[in-house]
Amino acid sequence: MRKKATQDKPKTPRLPRRAFVLGGVQAIVAAAIGGRMYQLGVKQNDQYRLLAEENRISIRLLSPSRGLIYDRGGDLLARNAHLYTVEMISEQVREPEKILGRLAQIIPLSAARIAEIMTEIKKQQAFIPVTIARDLRWEDIAAISANAPSLPGVIPRLSFNREYPVRDAFCHTIGYVGAVSEADLDADITADPLLRIPDFKIGKVGIEETLEDSLRGAAGSKQVEVNASGRVIRELSRTEPRAGINAQITVGRRLQNYALRALGTHIGSAVVMDVRNGDILALASTPTFDPNIFLKPLSQKTWAGLNDPRARPLINKATSGIYPPGSTFKMVVALAALEDGLVSADEKIHCGGSLDISNRKFHCWKEGGHGAVNLRRALRESCDVFFYTMATRLGIEKITAMANRLGLGITPDIALSSAKAGLTPTKAWKQRVKGEGWYLGDTANSSIGQGFVLASPLQLAIMTARIASGRAVNTRLINSAGGQIIAAPNPAPLAINPQHLALIREGMFDVTNHKRGTAYKSRIAQTGSEMAGKTGTSQVRRIRAAERESGVIKNKDLEWNQRDHALFVGFAPYDAPRFALSVVIEHGGSGSAIAAPIARDIMLRTLELGRSGYGAFPKDRKQQI
Amino acid sequence: MNLLHPARQTAPSGLRKILHFHWPLALLIASVAGIGFLMLYSVAGGTMAPWASAQIWRFSIGFALMFAVAMTPIEVWKHAAIPAYLVALVLLILVPFIGISHGSAKRWLDLGVFVIQPSEVMKIALVMVLAFYYDLLGEKRISNPLTLIIPLALIALPFWLILQQPDLGTAGLLLAGGAVMLFIAGVSLWYFAAIIAAGIGMIIAVIYTKGTEYQLLKDYQYRRIETFLDPSGSPYDDGYHITQSKISLGSGGVSGQGFMQGTQSRGNFLPEKHTDFIFAIWGEEFGFIGGLSLLGIYVLIVVFCVVAALRCKDRFCALLIVGIAATFFFYFAVNMSMVMGLIPVVGVPLPFVSYGGSAMLVLLFSFGLIQSAHIHKGGGR
Repeated sequence: MRKKATQDKPKTPRLPRRAFVLGGVQAIVAAAIGGRMYQLGVKQNDQYRLLAEENRISIRLLSPSRGLIYDRGGDLLARNAHLYTVEMISEQVREPEKILGRLAQIIPLSAARIAEIMTEIKKQQAFIPVTIARDLRWEDIAAISANAPSLPGVIPRLSFNREYPVRDAFCHTIGYVGAVSEADLDADITADPLLRIPDFKIGKVGIEETLEDSLRGAAGSKQVEVNASGRVIRELSRTEPRAGINAQITVGRRLQNYALRALGTHIGSAVVMDVRNGDILALASTPTFDPNIFLKPLSQKTWAGLNDPRARPLINKATSGIYPPGSTFKMVVALAALEDGLVSADEKIHCGGSLDISNRKFHCWKEGGHGAVNLRRALRESCDVFFYTMATRLGIEKITAMANRLGLGITPDIALSSAKAGLTPTKAWKQRVKGEGWYLGDTANSSIGQGFVLASPLQLAIMTARIASGRAVNTRLINSAGGQIIAAPNPAPLAINPQHLALIREGMFDVTNHKRGTAYKSRIAQTGSEMAGKTGTSQVRRIRAAERESGVIKNKDLEWNQRDHALFVGFAPYDAPRFALSVVIEHGGSGSAIAAPIARDIMLRTLELGRSGYGAFPKDRKQQI
Repeated sequence: MNLLHPARQTAPSGLRKILHFHWPLALLIASVAGIGFLMLYSVAGGTMAPWASAQIWRFSIGFALMFAVAMTPIEVWKHAAIPAYLVALVLLILVPFIGISHGSAKRWLDLGVFVIQPSEVMKIALVMVLAFYYDLLGEKRISNPLTLIIPLALIALPFWLILQQPDLGTAGLLLAGGAVMLFIAGVSLWYFAAIIAAGIGMIIAVIYTKGTEYQLLKDYQYRRIETFLDPSGSPYDDGYHITQSKISLGSGGVSGQGFMQGTQSRGNFLPEKHTDFIFAIWGEEFGFIGGLSLLGIYVLIVVFCVVAALRCKDRFCALLIVGIAATFFFYFAVNMSMVMGLIPVVGVPLPFVSYGGSAMLVLLFSFGLIQSAHIHKGGGR
């Protein structure tokens, strides 16, 4: 018995031994858990405390209101319109579909739109507001508010939207705002946090783009304590946003509208400027578009219309359209020749209808020729042979130098990024770009504003203003910002012999006031308001010898895009120049028949508005700016 | 008499049982529950409703149940082992048919009066039935392959059923509980070595079959393992739980942010803050000291149990107590490890603290069993 009992009992019972092992393992596990607590709570405490703060505190940006833009007369061109939006926070609603059905009785909501909203609600986190309808009238909002108890989760919201009350008149000058793109974010080195706000808009085109930095203002912020679903529990601190700076441009609404009307259905542009200080008084480009359309998604059709290859409404043709200046370039050649002493006021050159240069026949526009012409008459009747002759005397470099002094071939100093430099060729340029040497024929072509020469309507207006004033007038488009007048420095004299300039101006006077002038029909007869000018008809195709023999095809018989551009530049009053303008009608035909009458109408209107104190800013509205 | 019935002679009867009740153990349990009430009051934003009051009510019932179980002779429970196991098994089998679904998982049964989680019941029933079996078997032939078939089947059957729910976490805990019983009972270590080897092979198979049509785990289970390994990968899904609970615990520091001052809790950043992740809030508000204290109480409960088991004069009782203590240890160790990001997220509550009825009632019932074993076979004072 005893023996058996000892056999039965092991030295140490298995259960306690195993329990001890188990306890040991458990002790190790417990120690590991305790160690982990120490690691998280004590060693990494700082790091986790920071993360907890990041969780809890959220910084919300407050967008500033964008600066307003006024025209010369103080009329609003760009404002921030109240926009009523209705949103739904789905977590506050048990049956969103039912609520939307009720809402559809107050505001127009199609079944398709409701389905769209429902998918959006399902996609979003429940606390994020989903937009139900935009652009609501105040009455709708009032009705929704009145029915609020039966519309849980439906929240009317007021936001601001950029609005252009004059609609299309300033679409190219003021431009428009648009959503921030990836490229904008990359380009913005200041990394303005505002750009990261969803729905934030920045200037994309025109003044909106150029003055973006001052119009935008600065972001405010509020620190809020939030819970996990992002709902604000309370506000901790707040910095108000700084509103954008208002701006006023030199363009007047009335003249701008008039210029657009004068251009009518033509595809073209008109620029009016003050020759004394460079103020841009009108900057018109047709066709126009309503920049307000960009606030809503565009239809395929609208988009196609905006990108129509022929009309190109989005392009500001006044600043970025570059055309062969045609005969409007002749003032440059004449001035260059006079300044260089290569021609005198009295020298007569025989025009027999063409001139042979390097075995090539260069034709005058007038078959049979003008006979003996001096400089004044050459400008008046736009004799090509006279300028071919000048070209052979001058060479391209001198012509280009004079063109540059008058503002051609150089990007105009204007607050619009669309402004282009055009082209005034040199021998080096041709070698570099075309890989060819310069021919005398190229100079001849250039002398009548054809060939390689290209200029924008704005540049042509600047050139005219410089000829009219004798000063290196630059453009001025921003009149004031934040109430401060932005004064342009007094333009420096051109350093061109005043007598030479006077001679050019006489020639231009004859163009519109001499019976044989190319734009006599478009003269301003009123004494003291006479306009001087120059027509231009620039070819966009080459006329071959065969065609010349059988008679040059009339513009109206050509395809639209083969027709000549019609140009006119002018200034008035002749005695005391005040305004300069340029009109370019794309493929309009002849400068004297198409461009000159439009220019005359615009100039008349400019003079008329100028007499009634054009540009005077109404005193009572001065505070607004 | 003494030699033949040593246990019966020392077993108290009537009101004297109350003197033999393991009061320190009961006190520790009550103090843990007190921490639970405090936290449920805090996470509700300083109100008794909806959690704290319900929890106090439940605990009171459970505590009374524990007392009642403790007063009942352990022989009664010993004989109830097999029926209890069968009842739990039936409940588990019923789950796929009449169970309640939450998300993709079907784990609960609505018994009319209350909702129970049969897998929780099974945890204790399995310990009971295995203790009963190894008590019956004595210390002989424990490692005989033939005698191993029954316990392995007893473990495997509920394990497989729970895996189907699907509830990998609870199934794993059940397996671990069963393994502890076998270990304590004295099954040869070679079997454990073999099982560990098989387990490693299983893990390799699980990883290897991922993405194929034979994959062994559900997609969400793979995802949980992945988020555990890299919680930052999906901060708003499963990884969000771990990340936020670590932030809660970590921001507590040494002494915590103070009662009801936890920003993670107030801002609702921590999901399931009143149930499985309540320990994170405890850590946030009472810090490292608080966390360590709670761990200390838990460890003390286990130590008291093991000491009681070693003093037991009855093999069934000793096995039962150690088994229940081990199950209890798994509860808090797994929950704390999960909350601190040491292991993947599994649905295990923090015992006596997390809001919820099933686990608390089952645990109080099992501590009632421990008390009963202690009172009736504890070897006196």
